[in-house]
Amino acid sequence: MINVLLKTVTQKNRTMDYPKSIPALPERFRGLPVIDPAKCPANCKLCLEACPTDALRDGLKIDLGRCLFCNQCLRACPHGAISFSRNHRLATRTRKDLVLKGASLKLAESLDNESRRLFGRSFKLREVSAGGCNACEADTNVLSTVAWDLGRFGVQFVASPRHADGLFITGPVTRNMHLALLKTYEAVPAPKLVIVAGACAISGGPFMDHPEVCNGADSMLPVDLYIPGCPPHPLTILDGILRLLGRL
Amino acid sequence: MSQSLFKTLRNCQTVAIDNVPLVSTTAFRNAVINAAESGSRICAFFGVPQNRLSGQLVTEQLSPAGIRLFAVLANDHEGILFITSTDVHGSYDALTPECPQAHWFEREIFEQWGIVPEGHPWLKPIRFHKTYNKTEGRNNAPETMIGVTDFFRMEGSEIHDVAVGPVHAGIIEPGHFRFQCHGENVYHLEISLGYQHRGIEPALIGGPTKRTLPYMETLAGDTTIGHAMAYSHLMEAMMGIAVTPRAQAIRGIALELERLANHTGDLGALAGDVGFLPTASYCGRIRGDFLNLTALLCGSRFGRGLALPGGVAFDLDSNLVGQLQKRLRLAFEDVTAAVNLLWDTPSVMARFENTGRISKETAENLGLVGPAARACDIVRDARYDLPSGIFRFSQMPVSTWGTCDVFARAYVRWLEIQHSVTFIQNQLEMWPEGKTETEIKQLAGNSLAVSIVEGWRGEICHVALTDSRGLFNHYKIIDPSFHNWIGLAIGLRNQPISDFPLCNKSYNLSYCGHDL
Repeated sequence: MINVLLKTVTQKNRTMDYPKSIPALPERFRGLPVIDPAKCPANCKLCLEACPTDALRDGLKIDLGRCLFCNQCLRACPHGAISFSRNHRLATRTRKDLVLKGASLKLAESLDNESRRLFGRSFKLREVSAGGCNACEADTNVLSTVAWDLGRFGVQFVASPRHADGLFITGPVTRNMHLALLKTYEAVPAPKLVIVAGACAISGGPFMDHPEVCNGADSMLPVDLYIPGCPPHPLTILDGILRLLGRL
Repeated sequence: MSQSLFKTLRNCQTVAIDNVPLVSTTAFRNAVINAAESGSRICAFFGVPQNRLSGQLVTEQLSPAGIRLFAVLANDHEGILFITSTDVHGSYDALTPECPQAHWFEREIFEQWGIVPEGHPWLKPIRFHKTYNKTEGRNNAPETMIGVTDFFRMEGSEIHDVAVGPVHAGIIEPGHFRFQCHGENVYHLEISLGYQHRGIEPALIGGPTKRTLPYMETLAGDTTIGHAMAYSHLMEAMMGIAVTPRAQAIRGIALELERLANHTGDLGALAGDVGFLPTASYCGRIRGDFLNLTALLCGSRFGRGLALPGGVAFDLDSNLVGQLQKRLRLAFEDVTAAVNLLWDTPSVMARFENTGRISKETAENLGLVGPAARACDIVRDARYDLPSGIFRFSQMPVSTWGTCDVFARAYVRWLEIQHSVTFIQNQLEMWPEGKTETEIKQLAGNSLAVSIVEGWRGEICHVALTDSRGLFNHYKIIDPSFHNWIGLAIGLRNQPISDFPLCNKSYNLSYCGHDL
């Protein structure tokens, strides 16, 4: 017992003071992509051809809902026109806002006053993995560890949809999870919110257009928050949730 | 074994498909059963439509809807693989009654191709998808309705059935569990998966394409490096290229960091499941420290975009080597203190010891892999037995324990954490010079290669077959979970149902890696 107590001293209090300060992200972290139009010659389509999910479009647009942040475009571009910034803020309120043109992304706005009154100080989510590869799931789970301590924001992942204020969906929604996802949604009492996290849940991600998947939850449920990434960094997820609740 | 029945090959060796023996189904069956009885095990056992292999010389006229079965076996003591094949039409005599290792593979063959293994004791779907074999009259596989199957049931007074999932209580992947209980006691657990099925194997045919690497990285996202490495090794074998020692060292470090993060997370979760919060809290955080070391290397906590055919996309300069050494040392100090609390705490040990026991004999018969096998005193680790990449130069000791219970599975993880840290430190101390990428080439045509990597859950096996143009006409993926789910089911017999979360965590298997 004394040993356990001693260890609490040596292991220390490790909860980060986010959002007062932003935890350091690694040098090579791939956040919001940036295209420099000046360096991009006309009629060059090398990056478009390299992109595994066709996230890059003509007119220097990037659909963050499809982007895997996989580095292939950067490797394909001989002109150095594409780079990834270390900006972790990526979540939006609409699917359309995820299609990035230029440098500015219209970040998620907070809920209306009535919804904030309901959810702003206590927001319980039921997570449904519907074909997720366990990376989105793992980096969502991590928010409940002592380092992030999600509970201090009044946000918590709960075991039953009956206890939840909304769904947090990961994965491309496989045909085999379609019914279970809809049943879980129905089991959440209204009013309820839907958050989709990761390229799969937004667009199908790498599994887009497979007959075995439904290309994400967007087509079947009303989505209130889109968190792109493959997987999104825990900081990106937390930033999105707190923006939705008007806490940032 | 007879030379004519099998072609012997090394891990990551390419052979012409023509050189894979094609034998009668009776000879195939006997050869695989005999090999398994004399200590070899099945790494891969799968079907390929014969008409996809038409570029190959065959001795008899084959109907277009026939299926060729390939079996890849490993002899761990000799460090060799051997392969054989046979043609089947409609049905064949199941291997499972005499060779339980074949159980899940034969169910997969049945589900994918509608080929019936006659006499299989438990022939039901494993993923609930439509059969791939569209030929009329051959569609014996049941139509798919997820979770609707002939579940094992016990009858009797006060016998009850507990059904859990697919949506579970935590932030975890979906799967369905059926417990046949009498009071607290579980007589049998049936595990029914398939909810995560995304159709990865069919999508790989005709590749490699620009999506192939993302498929490998997300087929089991917590094993991104393991699967990307198995794929890269396979591609390099079929291209006939060698990657630089520096690239191999970086891949090896990333693979061991993946193991460190997941083993640490598992030990924390095991502590959480017995209500021992200090280790649960510390390990939850320290797992993140290891993930952040992978992010230091390549920007992604899961190693996305790091390993690729020809090498690695990110280099480690001396500054990063220094940072990695320092942060690894600190994380190891923390994890040592956190994990050792477990072994010093009687209330934890009382819950770990003698829980979820599975005998060594059963583990061998079922063909378990990874820490689950090593916890049954089985010396089986591909880094040692069938080394590829960096492990050909830097040998890993095999960590085993003999008590076959939750404690053994936890303790093997702790032993492996220590070896992985030593391995990474050694690599960083003798840091090889050189480039990180080698130019890639066309894949060899009409060939087959097997690539095996020891991921953190156990043996990852990839097998590719190419057509005359050097494109995949079949790609088989066997995640370690494919071997081990049945181990969890059998291990739960005669356990109280309240110990299920603890037993489940002690395996921590992948749903998506199984469902593909």
